[in-house]
Amino acid sequence: MSLYNKIIKKSIWVFHASASPCNNCDIEILDLITPGYDIERFGIKLVGSVRHADVLLVTGIVSHKVAPRIKQLYEQAPKPVFVVGIGTCTIGGATFKQSYNRAGAPLDKIIPVNAFIPGCPPKPEAMIDGIVKLLGTLK
Amino acid sequence: MSKCRIPLGPFHPLLEEAEFFNIKVEGEKVVDIEMETGWMHRGHEKISETRTFTQSIFLVERICGICSTSHPFACVNAIEDIDNVEIPERAKYIRVLIGELERIHSHLLWVGLAGHFIGYDTLWMWAWKYREPILQLSEKITGNRNHYAMMRVGGVGRDFDNSLIPEINPVLDMLEKKMVMLAGAVNDDPVLKSRLKGVGILTKEDAINYCANGPTARASGYDIDVRRDDPTAYEVVDVKVIVTQNGDVFDKAVVRVLEIIESCHIIKQCLKAFEKVQGPIINKVKEISPGEGIGRYEAPRGEVFHYIRSDGTNRPVRHKVRAPSFSNIPTYKASCIGIPLADALITLASVDPCYCCTERSLKVFDTKGRRLEESLLKLSREKTKKIRKNFYADGVSPLERIFEL
Ligand code: SF4
Repeated sequence: MSLYNKIIKKSIWVFHASASPCNNCDIEILDLITPGYDIERFGIKLVGSVRHADVLLVTGIVSHKVAPRIKQLYEQAPKPVFVVGIGTCTIGGATFKQSYNRAGAPLDKIIPVNAFIPGCPPKPEAMIDGIVKLLGTLK
Repeated sequence: MSKCRIPLGPFHPLLEEAEFFNIKVEGEKVVDIEMETGWMHRGHEKISETRTFTQSIFLVERICGICSTSHPFACVNAIEDIDNVEIPERAKYIRVLIGELERIHSHLLWVGLAGHFIGYDTLWMWAWKYREPILQLSEKITGNRNHYAMMRVGGVGRDFDNSLIPEINPVLDMLEKKMVMLAGAVNDDPVLKSRLKGVGILTKEDAINYCANGPTARASGYDIDVRRDDPTAYEVVDVKVIVTQNGDVFDKAVVRVLEIIESCHIIKQCLKAFEKVQGPIINKVKEISPGEGIGRYEAPRGEVFHYIRSDGTNRPVRHKVRAPSFSNIPTYKASCIGIPLADALITLASVDPCYCCTERSLKVFDTKGRRLEESLLKLSREKTKKIRKNFYADGVSPLERIFEL
């Protein structure tokens, strides 16, 4: 495991799934790969398929309709995969707490989660910080 | 030639939000597109009934993260409409300023994503690079990069700090220059031109028939803009409405780029006014009387409409929202059919659809209280089929028989 962790720290590939968010967290994630923040310099890259991903970013309150899909995405990912919940939505539902369509808030009702990044939306710096802290836990 | 079905989504690397397209093709040609939505539904209208009027503003802000000031703008317009509340002049300028900053960053976002869709990632990176200073300005003015929380019933929540004016002006000048450069670069590039010009044309008749609004309608020569037609804060500034005639993807891009430049001009008018117009920023509203109110605002994607009914308590009895994408998305039926598959995606994206805004429809429960997973469309079609069987022996109506021949 330790060799794997050593390698993965250098270059993590990220897949982003939007599960009923307000779109803002997703836009801020995309902001990370554009010149303003450019996280590719740390080896972090957004990939098109969850089968290539080391980290699964999930945003939003996970409505009843997407919940099975999110579970499926998690099952498709090669293990070990680290799941990061972005935004207050994934933690407690933010302002949608009373929504009748809320299946997963907190997100770990649906899939195991390694880290949460709070904020509505979290600032891009906070997201980088969260990912770096997650990597710091790897031995 | 046999038909082939191409599923796209719901989690697809190209689409940022979860939505599902069922594209039917014959060879290269698109013959039909079906769309399934509902992945983003969060039930705003129901939650809003449990919140007070002021709390509703923060809730509708989170309908969509990109037009996150358009919804509160229309919402406060609707609440103010119930009691005919007048707002102070300085508050009007602040509302316009925030609205236009949002328009700039939203249009830049679209320009970037459109570049990404046709394989011009450089354009994407450039556009988003210029978007970053606008977000930072928003943070300086309002305290947050996206959800601004500026609107209140009767005015705005925070005052504008006049000492920021010298910081904003250079950014606007830079942006204007870069937009002119970008427009020139797009115009000079033959590849880009052949990829966008004449693709996915939406005629003026179709735009009217499908009730298109916003840049989608204006690119087809249909001259509507709520900022000019029904202003609630915009009467204090001059708004030039940009209209082009061709209705193709190229024109939709042109409209958006020119609107960015026009927004810069509007913001400059506001900045000039801030030095002269001082005074209160909010008229305190103590209570909302029973009644109905309608609020409209020109969001970056088109007209957003809010309806609020109040019964004299501190909560809305009914809060109805109609987002611009709701009437813009169906225009793909007119613009996408018959074009090559490769052009379909950029045509779908050209209306700048926002699914988070659109999806507030209700779930259907059957009599035993189970939630029906099937889409409403399927349900309604099955119902038609059932009824039809009662009328025609073989279940085929005379109208369909004509098309079968
Ligand atoms: S945490 Fe806030 S910004 Fe992020 S998706 Fe939820 S409501 Fe939107």
